[in-house]
Amino acid sequence: MTVRDALNSALDEELARDDKVYVLGEEVGEYQGAYKITRGLLQKFGPDRVKDTPITEAGFTGIAVGSAFAGLRPVCEFMTWNFAMQAIDQIINSAAKTLYMSAGQINCPIVFRGPNGAAAGVAAQHSQCFASWYSSVPGLKVLAPYDAEDARGLLKAAIRDPDPVVFLENEILYGQAFPVTPQVLDKDFTLPIGKAKVMREGKHVTLVSFSKMVGYCLKAADTLAKEGIDVEVINLRSIKPLDKDTLIASLKKTHKMVTVEEGWPQCGVGSEVSALMMEHAFDELDAPVLRVTGAEVPMPYAANLEAAALPQIDDIVKAVKSIA
Amino acid sequence: MRVERGESGPTLCPTTLSSVRLAWPFSFRRVPGSPPQQGSTRMQAMLKQRSGVRAAQPGRRAVQIRAVAAPVKAASASKTPLVTPEVAKDLYYDMVLGREFEEMCAQMYYRGKMFGFVHLYSGQEAVSTGVIRLLRQDDHVVSTYRDHVHALSKNVPAREVMAELFGKKTGCCRGQGGSMHMFSAKYNVLGGYAFIGEGIPVGLGAAFQSKYRRDVLGDEKSDSVTCSFFGDGTCNVGQFYESLNMAALYKLPHIFVVENNLWAIGMSHLRATSRTSGDHDPHIYKKGPAFGMPGVHVDGMDVLKVRQVAQEAIERARRGEGPTLIEAETYRFRGHSLADPDELRSKEEKARYLERDPIPQLKKYMLEHGLATEAEIKELEAKVMEVVEDSVKFAEESPKPERGQLLENVFADPRGFGIAEDGRYRYQMPGFSSGTAIVS
Repeated sequence: MTVRDALNSALDEELARDDKVYVLGEEVGEYQGAYKITRGLLQKFGPDRVKDTPITEAGFTGIAVGSAFAGLRPVCEFMTWNFAMQAIDQIINSAAKTLYMSAGQINCPIVFRGPNGAAAGVAAQHSQCFASWYSSVPGLKVLAPYDAEDARGLLKAAIRDPDPVVFLENEILYGQAFPVTPQVLDKDFTLPIGKAKVMREGKHVTLVSFSKMVGYCLKAADTLAKEGIDVEVINLRSIKPLDKDTLIASLKKTHKMVTVEEGWPQCGVGSEVSALMMEHAFDELDAPVLRVTGAEVPMPYAANLEAAALPQIDDIVKAVKSIA
Repeated sequence: MRVERGESGPTLCPTTLSSVRLAWPFSFRRVPGSPPQQGSTRMQAMLKQRSGVRAAQPGRRAVQIRAVAAPVKAASASKTPLVTPEVAKDLYYDMVLGREFEEMCAQMYYRGKMFGFVHLYSGQEAVSTGVIRLLRQDDHVVSTYRDHVHALSKNVPAREVMAELFGKKTGCCRGQGGSMHMFSAKYNVLGGYAFIGEGIPVGLGAAFQSKYRRDVLGDEKSDSVTCSFFGDGTCNVGQFYESLNMAALYKLPHIFVVENNLWAIGMSHLRATSRTSGDHDPHIYKKGPAFGMPGVHVDGMDVLKVRQVAQEAIERARRGEGPTLIEAETYRFRGHSLADPDELRSKEEKARYLERDPIPQLKKYMLEHGLATEAEIKELEAKVMEVVEDSVKFAEESPKPERGQLLENVFADPRGFGIAEDGRYRYQMPGFSSGTAIVS
């Protein structure tokens, strides 16, 4: 099942399950979704539940948040997470903080979703990764699926969750197909928020990643296996809350860790993992936690420069070898 | 449209709701450097009149608007009162409560009982009372940081508001919100936002919910409305325009209430906002028709006029006819906040508005129309003082929040705090929270 179909089926099932759930965003209806994630939903559920909005990020995000305060369960789509910067006031000041400001009276069961991170050749204003920004905000849950199982399970869990969830998808992964078990296809299949998954067990080095980079890590692991380096690959799935216990358990096995992310290095997800491992498992570390990140530049347009600005499989292999 | 000459210069009587509806199909095709082309002789006549008025009074700078709500009535000349005695007393009580509460806040602030940013509403009571006393409990109210009186008008107990301001755990938000973030799930007050303009789309969301409940969830009785309150400064924020568009587009039962007190901290409305075409001054209510909804201007110092205009807007919304933009001309007697030295507003302007204080206006009206006796009015005022003093006593005697409250209510689902070392969810650990978060 492709990630696109996984997301589509999850939305379909959740819209059918609870009539308080509705989808809104630009092009989600008649256009069938800018990236076709909401294909067929308008035809099935009608324009009252799949709403096309004007180009009004702050406005429609605010409407979604306000309606969530009043009892509905919106799924607010951003065409890309870059555009959500126009709505970040509503995401953080309204959605994330209101339960706290109202001391538990008014919660916000909303899901903000859309493609995050770099695509291909879309340049600086369409390529930013927002995982670290949103994961620093108390009151938000931040999820980043990798494969179809993640996409289905995490999106369904997010929609059923009573808190605001930032759901960071990846455009390149939309078209990728992954095997799924019948359990994943069950209409009540959800994954726990806050639990990472060990994708591949190993004993020499732990690779920690999320979203598209998990795929790169798995490929790097195959390359490294040929040289006798047995790598354990962890898919975070949930950036906030971060499953540090799974990471520590892995570190106790391998004693070496490399984090891999697409985003910028300063204050990135890797920085947080590194600090946590140092604080909670210092004696388990045989080497510093290494971070493989995107380059500290706005994304360039030229294809070769773009490739140089993002982590490649070779970069991951090199990083692992330097401490293996 | 009429133009009258008042005692200190020409005044402008803006359109009533019904005539604004008629005025919608105006289209101005502008050719740079030439005056606008209009199709209507009525508009032409009006423009000519106004430019003539302007020519006769060069250098006039102050905004002088004596606003009239529909239907046009000179309140003191009419024999039949506009409201019943019960309603009049309720309005009077509510305005006096708002005023005394805010004045008490000022006292408490200077005594160090309240802290941070406190923005008082004194002078603007007619708008809050005039609109909110018409609402039901299931209607929603959204406001900005000047929200104490909106909460009070919506029936949030004065004790809870005062305790919140003192930062005590008995406050309506258990001390976690503060002056700028008044929330009440029971009375449907959705905040209290420090970012002006942020509350308006949230208000639209509550109105969206009301419409959704009817259209999708099949609740035919769902006709609750939402009122968003904000100032003249907010009317330049992008979210205001986004909201006007979508409220009209989706025909949401939402009322935009602009409390135009002419000042955004120290920035005069006249310096911050461009003039509407053909006008001498910027008129916010005219932005309504541009987006497809009626725009009404009302004297925000007269609670009965505000109430009339609000009544019509609320009934429109309940009938499913969509949003309304109300611009209430009002004034805050105090500075922007208790930290504002308020040096930029002229004494003359303040004196002019003090003369139009809504509370003595209503008192006069009630006495003239036999809606209440002097004794009854004094009784209401005494009751207010009792309530306000009790709220201070309650707030003083209430305990501060315990340290354990710090981590509470970040997530509705306490699993959001992640997984502990032993593999259980952190919220399952004993003593993690004193049980205020509800797991669905």
